Amino acid sequence: KEDKEEDESKEEDNGSQQNRASRRKNYQRKNRNGRKAREEGSQKKDRGKTAPNKDQKESENKEKKTTKRGKEGENKQKKGRKNSDIDMPLAMLKEQVEQKKKLISTMRNKPWRMAKKLSVLREAQDFVEKFEGALGKGKGKKLYAYKMMMAKKWVKFKRDFENFKTQCIPWEMKIKEVESHFGSSVASYFIFLRWMYGVNLVLFGLIFGLVIIPEVLMGMPYGSLPRKTVPRAEQATAMDFSVLWDFEGYIKYSALFYGYYNNQRTIGWLKYRLPMAYFMVGISVFGYSLMVVIRSMARNANESTADGDDNNFIFSWKMFTSWDYLIGNPETADNKFASITTSFKESIVDEQESNKDENIHLRRFLRVLANVLIICCLCGSGYLIYFVVKRSQTFSKMQNVGWYERNEVEIVMSLLGMFCPPLFETIAALENYHPRIGLKWQLGRIFALFLGNLYTFLLALMDDVNEKLAEEDVVKNITHWTLLGHHNSSAGNDSTVTPAPLDPADVPRGPCWETTVGIEFMRLTVSDILVTYITILVGDFIRACFVRFVNYCWCWDLEAGFPSYAEFDISGNVLGLVFNQGMIWMGSFYAPGLVGINVLRLLTSMYFQCWAVMSSNVPHARVFKASKSNNFYMGLLLLILFLSLLPVAYTIMSLPPSFDCGPFSGKKRMYDVIQETIELDFPLFVAKIFSYLANPGLIIPAILLMVLTIYYLNAVSKAYQRANAELKKKMQMQREEEKNKRNNKASTNPMLQDLEDLLTPSTKTESPPKQAEDKKIESPNGSSPARKPGRGEALAGSPMAGGRGAAFTPPSPVFVTQPRILGVRAPYPGQPRPWGHPLGPVPGRGRGQPCYPRAAR
Amino acid sequence: MGNKQTIFTDEQLDAYQDCTFFTRKEILRLHGRYYEMAPNVVPMDYTKDPDVKLPMQLIINMPELKENPFKERIVSSFSEDGEGSLSFNDFVDMFSVLSEMAPRELKAIYAFKIYDFNTDNFICKADLEKTLNKLTKEELTEEEITLVCEKVIEEADMDGDGKLGFADFENMISKAPDFLSTFHIRI
Repeated sequence: KEDKEEDESKEEDNGSQQNRASRRKNYQRKNRNGRKAREEGSQKKDRGKTAPNKDQKESENKEKKTTKRGKEGENKQKKGRKNSDIDMPLAMLKEQVEQKKKLISTMRNKPWRMAKKLSVLREAQDFVEKFEGALGKGKGKKLYAYKMMMAKKWVKFKRDFENFKTQCIPWEMKIKEVESHFGSSVASYFIFLRWMYGVNLVLFGLIFGLVIIPEVLMGMPYGSLPRKTVPRAEQATAMDFSVLWDFEGYIKYSALFYGYYNNQRTIGWLKYRLPMAYFMVGISVFGYSLMVVIRSMARNANESTADGDDNNFIFSWKMFTSWDYLIGNPETADNKFASITTSFKESIVDEQESNKDENIHLRRFLRVLANVLIICCLCGSGYLIYFVVKRSQTFSKMQNVGWYERNEVEIVMSLLGMFCPPLFETIAALENYHPRIGLKWQLGRIFALFLGNLYTFLLALMDDVNEKLAEEDVVKNITHWTLLGHHNSSAGNDSTVTPAPLDPADVPRGPCWETTVGIEFMRLTVSDILVTYITILVGDFIRACFVRFVNYCWCWDLEAGFPSYAEFDISGNVLGLVFNQGMIWMGSFYAPGLVGINVLRLLTSMYFQCWAVMSSNVPHARVFKASKSNNFYMGLLLLILFLSLLPVAYTIMSLPPSFDCGPFSGKKRMYDVIQETIELDFPLFVAKIFSYLANPGLIIPAILLMVLTIYYLNAVSKAYQRANAELKKKMQMQREEEKNKRNNKASTNPMLQDLEDLLTPSTKTESPPKQAEDKKIESPNGSSPARKPGRGEALAGSPMAGGRGAAFTPPSPVFVTQPRILGVRAPYPGQPRPWGHPLGPVPGRGRGQPCYPRAAR
Repeated sequence: MGNKQTIFTDEQLDAYQDCTFFTRKEILRLHGRYYEMAPNVVPMDYTKDPDVKLPMQLIINMPELKENPFKERIVSSFSEDGEGSLSFNDFVDMFSVLSEMAPRELKAIYAFKIYDFNTDNFICKADLEKTLNKLTKEELTEEEITLVCEKVIEEADMDGDGKLGFADFENMISKAPDFLSTFHIRI
């Protein structure tokens, strides 16, 4: 009987999803009916092709379809078959065709053997082909095919575009390589560097595209104006080699610096408003930087909250997803092995860290001690800089001072920057923090050090500027009188000849403090670059060479002993980068070329540091994972951005621009250029609107509104956070509960387990389906798809049944072709199957089951 | 396409395209790869579904698999006879599942099979240890391995039976951020 059933069921259509009990009842009859119906249907269909009456054809198809599908309604159908026009649900056939189509389109997602997929596919295709035309779908077949093709093309295009985009990210492999050797924390520095490079490229494009290139193309050429000419006194040394790092001579009087620009309102045939553009670009550099920093911070924050419960599976994910199956290169594979080992060790360190406890008093004492020592260091270095700056002010008043005296401040600052961080690190060893927390402390301390240095430097610069401003008034008069005198003399001598213009090189000029500031920043940047590179070269490379090669003839083991190889100094490098960027931001208004230099610097340091780290550094002794989002770096960057915005904003808003250099010369304040543009180039009412907008009566409420909004948003975000935490806790609790429940079940219900054990072999023989079903009800194992009864074998002929669960079952064709006695489980004998095979003995039954919903997806 | 059509009929190619994540060209290329592993065994003409299988030893020497620590497991998970030899259908199937278009659910099923070394439909401690040793080239100490395995079980085992069933595994892997990007072979 079984065999017969199986046979029949094979013939029967596959889409049956009715419940099993009723199916059993109706089994025989239905099959008979089904067969009959099919024959009838196909005959009718053939007729229908010739017959012009489409309605009839459709209804016949409908009918046939229902006979196949419906189980309960079978008997009713049988009665009503003859007059088949009544409510034969066209929808049903349609639905089934849709289902088949869906199956075809998701065939590739099924975890079946290819042979089975192919045969199922063929059947489904036949089915669709047979009935789709009947549904009238065939009419739009061409359009449909076209649509499908376009959809496919679109998907492909999107994929290609994604691939292209990822390929456009530079240095991915380089960073991966570093990452695999040194862990994610070192890589995070390089990722930060790359990000910085991107930001600087945009700034570079902004400044070069809108300021420097228009000036070079359309502005007055070199030598046409006093401000664009090297003064007579400097001409002798203007071409010296030293201008390259002094930024004097021709470089000083070039478009790289503020002073070169003319205050002409518009330049060239395009009537390009250069002063306006200069001002706007200066502002938008800050605007863009702020925006991009904050946006990336927000995105990082989003990402870190998105996978909020990622703490649950640290080890599991490492175990199962860390191997990159794409790797096909032995060297990369070695790196990957190393990096996986590293990351496991990182996690183990984390893990041990969390359940370590020891003498807390000693620890506290040491930490306080360390902090005291570091504060002493900071104070000392602050005083040292103050002292040096004071001294340099006296030096600057003296004539012919030596090279050292002139550069004392820079040297002292560089030395402090070089020696303090290692000192801090030594002291921090006392504290014995977890490396990640330790890194943050270290960063904070060095940050304080650098900040002190920077601001002392700025104060000194401010003094300088004020002096220059005083000087300027004097020069202004001299220039005025010189020009006047020249005109008078030439006019007096010979009134018919036009006066020979005074050579621009001879015109006396003001000190142009803006250019001075720009040059200071330029120098600082260049000296910073040099110091960084030399430090790397000497501190890392030479040291590594020394350790490596002198080790052969030395009294102790250099590699393991004292000098050893250098570790990559993440905190120092990150801070160097951040501070360098701060200087770029501060200086770029007065030296537009600074960004160009910075782009070069970042580019070279990417390659140079990658090389240095790979060639001469060793991985950290205590490897640790970088915190997931590098929002800490971003926070530092934001702080520096804000701090560098302050001095620039101050100079723009409150210092008068020089009278004879720069795009704003002749104006009282730099921002007057905006007012000028509004008054001259916009209609009157715009000017009026702006004057209203600038009214304090409007600005103060606006600020108030913003503050209130911030307050409100803050409150809302806090509330969300609380809700989030609450939900998380609930989930956790639920999980625990579930775990407990299962545990209890497993322990308190040995009977059930025995039953299951018994059941395993019985699937091979004749297991009463009832028992299986009972078991199913008793043990609510069904939380998982795999444990659902639907996992029963899906036959080759049954696309609807057997979800993904079929993946675990041995190759299904075996079932089809072989006699049942051989057994379902032949390839995996004796595998425990606690969920049993509820559908009973015959594999063919499986398809009668409700398919696992996801399988249909 | 003249001479290529002798390898597969159009219907076959369409069927393969429907059953896998490959395009026509990629399927032909796969056949090329399959063919070149054993030119004298694999026929050029596949229109009649010849029954040809290549042993595991040949397949794991493909450059795409050669460095993979789980290559034997991958191949035997996809082999129909369970002994590691792959017919062309299995071969295509394998790379289809491992292609980047394959959905997470499908990949998870095969990943589970791959990591289930003793094919008992559970990832038990022994499987975990094997996985870990393969991943780290046995560079972790005994305690570390035990610790990690215990942690994995603790994290992912929802039903408390001390081993990972597919439900546990899928639950865990469905949340993993890198699974899709790493469980992927480009051919």
